Amino acid sequence: MPTMLRVGLAETIAYRAEMVVWILTTTMPLVMLALWSSVADEAPFRQYTQTDFVAYYLGALIVRNLTSNWVAWQLSEEIRLGTLSMRLLRPVHPFASFLATHLAALPLRALVVTPAIVILVLTEARAVLIDDAGRAGLLALSLAGAWLLTFGVFLAIGALAFFLEKSLALIEVYFGVFMLMSGYIIPLDLMPGWMRTTAEWLPFRYMLGAPVELLIGRYPDAAAAAPLVATQWAWALGMLGVAGLAWRAGVRRFEAYGA
Amino acid sequence: MTVRPGYYLRVLAVSMRTSLVTAMQYRADFLVQGAMSLLWTGLALFPLLVLYGDRDTVAGWDFAPALVVLGLFTLMRGVLEGAINPSLMAVIERIRTGAFDYTLLKPADAQFLVSTTRFAPWHVIDVLAGAGLVAYAFTRLGRAPGVAELAATLALLAAAIAVMYSLWILIVAAAFWVVRMDNLAFLLGAVFDAARWPIHVFKGAWRFVFTFIIPLALMTSYPAMALLGTLTVEAALACLGGAAAFFALARAVWLLAIRNYTSASS
Repeated sequence: MPTMLRVGLAETIAYRAEMVVWILTTTMPLVMLALWSSVADEAPFRQYTQTDFVAYYLGALIVRNLTSNWVAWQLSEEIRLGTLSMRLLRPVHPFASFLATHLAALPLRALVVTPAIVILVLTEARAVLIDDAGRAGLLALSLAGAWLLTFGVFLAIGALAFFLEKSLALIEVYFGVFMLMSGYIIPLDLMPGWMRTTAEWLPFRYMLGAPVELLIGRYPDAAAAAPLVATQWAWALGMLGVAGLAWRAGVRRFEAYGA
Repeated sequence: MTVRPGYYLRVLAVSMRTSLVTAMQYRADFLVQGAMSLLWTGLALFPLLVLYGDRDTVAGWDFAPALVVLGLFTLMRGVLEGAINPSLMAVIERIRTGAFDYTLLKPADAQFLVSTTRFAPWHVIDVLAGAGLVAYAFTRLGRAPGVAELAATLALLAAAIAVMYSLWILIVAAAFWVVRMDNLAFLLGAVFDAARWPIHVFKGAWRFVFTFIIPLALMTSYPAMALLGTLTVEAALACLGGAAAFFALARAVWLLAIRNYTSASS
């Protein structure tokens, strides 16, 4: 595993410029921030002040970049072109090698979002951030959970390429629902009631909204936030299980092609 | 090279017909594209609905005028993804692989050829959805734009398309020097996302950047203001002049880049 991580890190460094540009395409939180900070300039919008909005959307930008990966594209490409056979020949489970590649991309991702973190900590947005060890620990857990859940979802979507020809079109639909339901374009607090209830039952908010809400102190103490993180981890492990099942069923089909 | 409008029109017509024939082979894509268009329009609309559910006006814009901007944004995104992106994505790939040499050998202007190689006709749905939003906004306002306003809007939209296209040509020209440019194209699309709000939402430095450096204001806000009858004649003329200058600049850079093109293999 350390060797695989090293290889992954080397790959990330080799394609650093490309990856940095990819990360820079995450402009949506900033676009939303522009709108909402203009709104809250006059008066707070419901329970959100301008500072809250700044902290929320910078947080969303950071969480999104730290937890994102491209395993769905990678997997579906390898299935379509048949290069997955190479991976299947190796003595480690392909999930482990994907995991190593995408974990290794984390340092670069962290580096690129550093400016956003600095702005968050140095400006007045700092005032709304949590500062106690208990909630900070939960935040770290929650970031890890969001990463795992996103990884599981993307693995599952990627594995759909075993069964469907145009599975990548599904990613676009997935993104649409994700943006709407995760708190990416608008905090769950501001959604209309019925929509908020729906969002709370779906996994998407645990991929983005939950850690951001935790970060900006929407939960008064660690005890109030614990159930959130527990549900998140349940989703993450469940989703990895689903991805594993889809994988097993898919590989059987893949071998049946004679690849 | 002498200018032969008839010849270029025929080339354009052939290229469009080819794209249409190709698109017709994948008719299911029409449904997919339609669904996607609805989904993205809904997504863009959602924050506005929440916002104007509580407020009457934001940065001087009421709901209906903001809806006009969003409609024009949807329309312009359709133009960008349907008529500009596909060709220019293709040329970046050709530069990378070296196939661009064959384009240069053809007896027509290379910039014209690379800009018209491919179209994605299904994006016409986005254009219709955008126009629909604008029409709905005007029924809410309870009036229709006058002929002069409509003409000014169309002129500004043409200028906006010219600017968008020129930005793209600059990126393609950059691909002659820096080979991997395809994700820069996505970056442009991501920046264009900011054009969905009226320009007055942006403050200070951002408004300056989006007005003069990456002229997003010209692409949606100014045409919307023209349609609503709130844009001054001077501002409209400045937009048209700026767009023409930008277009000329892009052409000059393109010619310079072509002269420095050394092919992928040499």
